[in-house]
Amino acid sequence: MIELDNVQKSFGEVTILKGINATFKPGLVNMIIGASGTGKSVLLKCMVGLEQPTVGSVFYNQRDFSHSTRKQQIDIRKDIGMLFQGAALFDSKTVEENVRFPLDILTTLPLDEKLDKVNQVLERVGLTDTNSKMPSELSGGMKKRVGIARAIVNNSKYLFCDEPNSGLDPQTAITIDNLIKEITQEYNITTIVVSHDMNSVMEIGDYIMFLHQGLKLWEGSSDQILDSEINEFNDFVFANNLMRSLKKLRK
Amino acid sequence: MKNIGRYFIFLGTLFKNRETFKTYFKLFINESVKVGTNSIFLIATVSVFMGAVTTIQTAFNLVSPLIPKYVIAIVVRDMVLLELSPTIIAIIFAGKVGSNIAGELGTMRITEQIDALEVMGINSSSYLVLPKVLATLFMFPALVVTSAFLSILGGYLAVSFTDVITPAEYTQGIRYQLNEFMVIFAMIKAVTFAFLISTISSFMGYYTKGGALEVGQASTSAVTNSVIAILLADYLLAQLLAEYLVSF
Repeated sequence: MIELDNVQKSFGEVTILKGINATFKPGLVNMIIGASGTGKSVLLKCMVGLEQPTVGSVFYNQRDFSHSTRKQQIDIRKDIGMLFQGAALFDSKTVEENVRFPLDILTTLPLDEKLDKVNQVLERVGLTDTNSKMPSELSGGMKKRVGIARAIVNNSKYLFCDEPNSGLDPQTAITIDNLIKEITQEYNITTIVVSHDMNSVMEIGDYIMFLHQGLKLWEGSSDQILDSEINEFNDFVFANNLMRSLKKLRK
Repeated sequence: MKNIGRYFIFLGTLFKNRETFKTYFKLFINESVKVGTNSIFLIATVSVFMGAVTTIQTAFNLVSPLIPKYVIAIVVRDMVLLELSPTIIAIIFAGKVGSNIAGELGTMRITEQIDALEVMGINSSSYLVLPKVLATLFMFPALVVTSAFLSILGGYLAVSFTDVITPAEYTQGIRYQLNEFMVIFAMIKAVTFAFLISTISSFMGYYTKGGALEVGQASTSAVTNSVIAILLADYLLAQLLAEYLVSF
């Protein structure tokens, strides 16, 4: 479980996050949504330690991540996997080496065990026979799958996804979304997805948090989205025809 | 001034929270191949021609009947050891390896590969930069020695194919009263320049912000700043060590 306690973040005099409180539970796909520039990615960076909150803390199973020593942070980081927007695969390494990388760095397992784990997760994400390929030889969807495989190979308890289906065609986007959902339930991971894609939200979102100008304006499940009465949230959600049609249909 | 301060802080981070020796050793070998072995062809080509041209130019400018012909070889040898091989090769090396380091790290930064390392709890600056610095410190002096040898060989080839002086006179000059401190001086310069090129280029690449355009700018800045630093260090070392050269 991940808890945010009054997380605030400022860059100079500009305040991006204005005190976010939230609880993200395991086995659920927790989604942070909002328009561009509302602080979603900054919040994600604060959660994984790429940025330090100016005020407040991020707790991983009651352990204060934001105010712990580097050694304690490294212990927590061993349980964190992250899928970056562009997958962030290491260009100079093959698919197998990319996926094996967290095991090489964070564990002392023998090579054959590492390779077994790598092959298991690659099979799980639907990528077999790609071990020796370089990232430049992969499609966008395949890169995301490798990114997911790398994020979960070390039995991560927390999976962070930064706009996992950006730049993908709708069909591949749904496949990636479903893969995230399945993995979350299968391994009982606490998954946090940053997105502004309402299709994804409706498809896989269990808990949804809406950010607007650095503030949490709404939280709830995908079933409750259509009943919201907050104007800013409705402007965001019903910006596309599909969602407006869905609301009409419901009425 | 702010950037100079950040540069020194950056150097400090290279030695904090390091990974295991085994991890660095593998990376060091890979970087040594990239930095050293892959530069040999360029360095060798430049060195042979540099030696040949220096010999011919010196011969055409030293035509007094009062000066023995072998002095041409002495001048070539001293120029090669003191200046051409360490400094000119360092400038070429900054262009090839420095821009490569900055481009690689810059691309890793903008494609979030550095963030991916940090999320895994790895000190990315130490993991990525320290092996590059160590490999450059190890390989560049070796390249300077190779360059000095090939430059002198280039001079020999030039006198063999022309009649400016005889190969025997050239060999006599090369062997005549060699001051061994020149070799030490060249190695001191090589190590200093290697450190400057690798760290400045890494610094420029590591803190790249933006996109492809900024990666290009970082590469250009890496070369420009490295060359300026090399020339400044060259002058300072000449000031500091010239008197030892005379007294050795």
